[in-house]
Amino acid sequence: MNASTLFGLCAAALVGVGLYGLIVNPQPLRKILAFNLIGCGVFLLFGAIARRGAAVGMGGDPVPQALLITGIVVAFSATALAVALVLRLFDETGSVTLASDAPAKAQADPPDA
Amino acid sequence: MPHSLSTQDVTSPGGLLLVLAVLIPFIGVLAGMILGGRGAQRVAFAILAAGLAIAIAIADALVQSGDTVVYILGDWAPPLGVALRADGLAVIMLLAIAVVIGGIGVYARGDFGTPPGVREARAPLMFWLLLLAVWGSLNLVFVSGDLFTLYVALELLTFAGVPLVSLGGQPETLRSALRYLLYALFGSVLYLLGAVLLYGAYGTLDILLLAARVHPEPVTWAAAALMTVGLLAKTALFPLHLWLPPAHAGAPAAASAVLSGLVIKGSWFLAVRLWLDVFAGVVTLPSAQMLAALGAAAILVGNIVALRQARLKLLIAYSTVAQIGYLFLMFPLAAGLAAAQIDSTAAVNGGMLQAISHATAKAAMFMAAGLIYTTLGHDRIADLRGAARALPMTLLAFALGGASLIGLPPSGGFLAKWLLVSAAITTAQWWWVLVMLVGGLLTSAYVFIVVVRAMAPAPEGWTPRARVPHYQQVAVLALALCSFLLGMAAFCPVDVARIGRAVVPEIGWP
Amino acid sequence: MTLALAVDISLTLLVLAVAGWIIAVRDTFAAVIGFVAYGLLLALIWVRLAAPDVALTEAAIGGGLTGALLIGAAGRLRKTEAATRAEYPGVLIRTLAAILAVTVAAALAVGVLALPDPAPTLAPAAVASLATTGVGNPVTAVLLAFRSMDTLLEAIVVLLALLGVWSLAPDRAWGGYPGPRHHADPDGILAYLARFLPPIGIIVGLYIFWIGADLPGGKFQGATILAAMWLLVIEAGLADTPPISRTWLRVLLVIGPLVFIAIGFAGSITAGAVLAYPEGYAKPLIVAIEIALMPTLVLTLALLVAGTPQRMPPQ
Repeated sequence: MNASTLFGLCAAALVGVGLYGLIVNPQPLRKILAFNLIGCGVFLLFGAIARRGAAVGMGGDPVPQALLITGIVVAFSATALAVALVLRLFDETGSVTLASDAPAKAQADPPDA
Repeated sequence: MPHSLSTQDVTSPGGLLLVLAVLIPFIGVLAGMILGGRGAQRVAFAILAAGLAIAIAIADALVQSGDTVVYILGDWAPPLGVALRADGLAVIMLLAIAVVIGGIGVYARGDFGTPPGVREARAPLMFWLLLLAVWGSLNLVFVSGDLFTLYVALELLTFAGVPLVSLGGQPETLRSALRYLLYALFGSVLYLLGAVLLYGAYGTLDILLLAARVHPEPVTWAAAALMTVGLLAKTALFPLHLWLPPAHAGAPAAASAVLSGLVIKGSWFLAVRLWLDVFAGVVTLPSAQMLAALGAAAILVGNIVALRQARLKLLIAYSTVAQIGYLFLMFPLAAGLAAAQIDSTAAVNGGMLQAISHATAKAAMFMAAGLIYTTLGHDRIADLRGAARALPMTLLAFALGGASLIGLPPSGGFLAKWLLVSAAITTAQWWWVLVMLVGGLLTSAYVFIVVVRAMAPAPEGWTPRARVPHYQQVAVLALALCSFLLGMAAFCPVDVARIGRAVVPEIGWP
Repeated sequence: MTLALAVDISLTLLVLAVAGWIIAVRDTFAAVIGFVAYGLLLALIWVRLAAPDVALTEAAIGGGLTGALLIGAAGRLRKTEAATRAEYPGVLIRTLAAILAVTVAAALAVGVLALPDPAPTLAPAAVASLATTGVGNPVTAVLLAFRSMDTLLEAIVVLLALLGVWSLAPDRAWGGYPGPRHHADPDGILAYLARFLPPIGIIVGLYIFWIGADLPGGKFQGATILAAMWLLVIEAGLADTPPISRTWLRVLLVIGPLVFIAIGFAGSITAGAVLAYPEGYAKPLIVAIEIALMPTLVLTLALLVAGTPQRMPPQ
């Protein structure tokens, strides 16, 4: 077994672990963490694929490596937006639950700004 | 292969317009950020006009050349570089979205003007910037020829859509926005996972090259499944729809129109693109049947829950859940036609028409509900008396939009459903006809209830809570009329959806 | 078993253990600390996968900035721990989730093992075209020449996320200062670090930015280090975040993408295609784009961590 296959399998396992956490953990911050675990799993798989593409004296295929940088930055932006939402929800309601006995209250809110 | 591969993959006349269609709205976002407040609104209106002109010019270039409009970015041809391509399907969406965005923009002038005496206010500035951002992202989804660029487009669409949900600022909308964001991020990460697998197996992310290279094997199936599930979560197809109704019902009317009419069409269109173009030779008829079965469940569940709503905005939101279902009926029908070596364009046209007639009708209905709310001070369905007298034009718009959802002639919804029904009969899949029939009946029930309640005379001495500007009512009616008259597209001399696509696939669906 | 393989296997096991711990541990704060360790372990894996550019990005953004963001949030949300723990789903849901997770992981593992050999790669194509771009680092060539559209859009993604964060502000705080005002002990360790580290950090950040054209590194990694230094100064109470209504701030936030788009469109006149560079001018134009993106990225990344505006705008 070579490094790229090993880390490819590791990536598959990370996606599984993250998926479980995303579904099971009710705390939004933990869901955000789980989402990041899945994201890292996907990136790692792409990295393993890049490594498999080593050729012409290069350690890996530069196209996926470049896309990975883009992906990591996008994942960070998503995390920042999600965290800001959680914190604002906490400031306004004192709780961060996602459970929805919520729509009843949403109906009472005026729909127009 | 649905794409005619004889087409050379080089920049075509008018190709530059595709770059403009994507980047002009984003330039508007950047300029609006600097100018702030009223400046951002002025920029937005200039770009609404420019964007519509660009969409028309692209349509013209497509019809003139009779082939896909292509732009090779930076002169780096795929697989190393990225291409933008607009075939008939993309152009139909570009045009429809430009019209709907224009209508929403005119309406929103009334709700999102910067108040006097303030240099800049939060909700107005954000609305105009996000409206432009949604537009640029959608255009990118329609014309991008690269799976990773499409991933970025999906994320752009998410980041532009989520803040619209909580634009009103009520605490409960924060929860809806967060739930929507988590669903959407889950969807994009699954999509990306599929794209990564495809690159690992075939060494390209370009849609055209992939279409030529993919073959049925486990990696491709896994990629197709992951990407499809991811996109379904973003499109809110049953049973992944739970985020949608609270998110759309709590947002301001214009924002709901954007979310319900436009944003979900992006991920749906991408699913169509993948199934018809990339995975045409890979996906099987039973898997297409499964997609449509979820669609059928969405139609039934969404409509029944809509019937039981007490509030107009939630009713419209659940009706969206149902209408999304129709969008997925086209998959087994197109597959069935193709398998029988019959032109599958009819089923695809049905799906596309359903998408654009829903976009126009639903945007109009959400905004009509917004006007009713402003006028009455509430949107309780049981208590809509007087709405018709105060807002006759708006109620007409609501009824016309509703007629399109039901599928009454000559509406776009009628032609869409007629095309789907005839495809179902041709391919002997009569059960979808039954679903559409029941769905139409349920839809007519709730549209009827709302219209009848609103027609009831107001009590003595009743006066509207607030007056709404005339132009807002005109904008709503114009969009509703678009949807209602869209059925006339049957008389269109050119079958636009067909351009740039081979009619009978060389490799049929197995 | 070679030594390299032994290292790789231990890294894999360690990463999986930390991932499992992040999901399983009861305390959210502890999970977040675990996530920072996870980011650093992943950076090591990137080195093992011969992707130094990605390793730098992962360490700086994945571990560093994301860690700072989550640590701050977890600290503030401590009080809600008990309430959400009560919502933990029952055995049935957990079993179903586990089955789903194992199925997806297994399907992916099958996919990994079934990947074709020899692997398809764009490395030869990238290397063949590298000379025309004038840069020596092929990853930079992909980011700013072959697929520069993605990089342009990515700069806009980051900006949109920031707009999203700002849009959550209470109306009264619109135009005001993001995040809380920090007051640190002027003689404390944080204030000491905030005086001592930034000069070094700025030099390192600019260096990583500058060498990116030819060696591993570049604007994202460099910008992240500069953003971290600025955040450190803010955390230590030595400076405040700028109010979001400031015109200079707005201009710097959009200058990167605007210059990028301008140079991109200029290409359609001078080089025959949008985002193409005229012959011989590729490298200077790429460097110009990177320089313009630098302030935009530093400010956007730092302000994403700083959070929603919550204090009154200056009168």
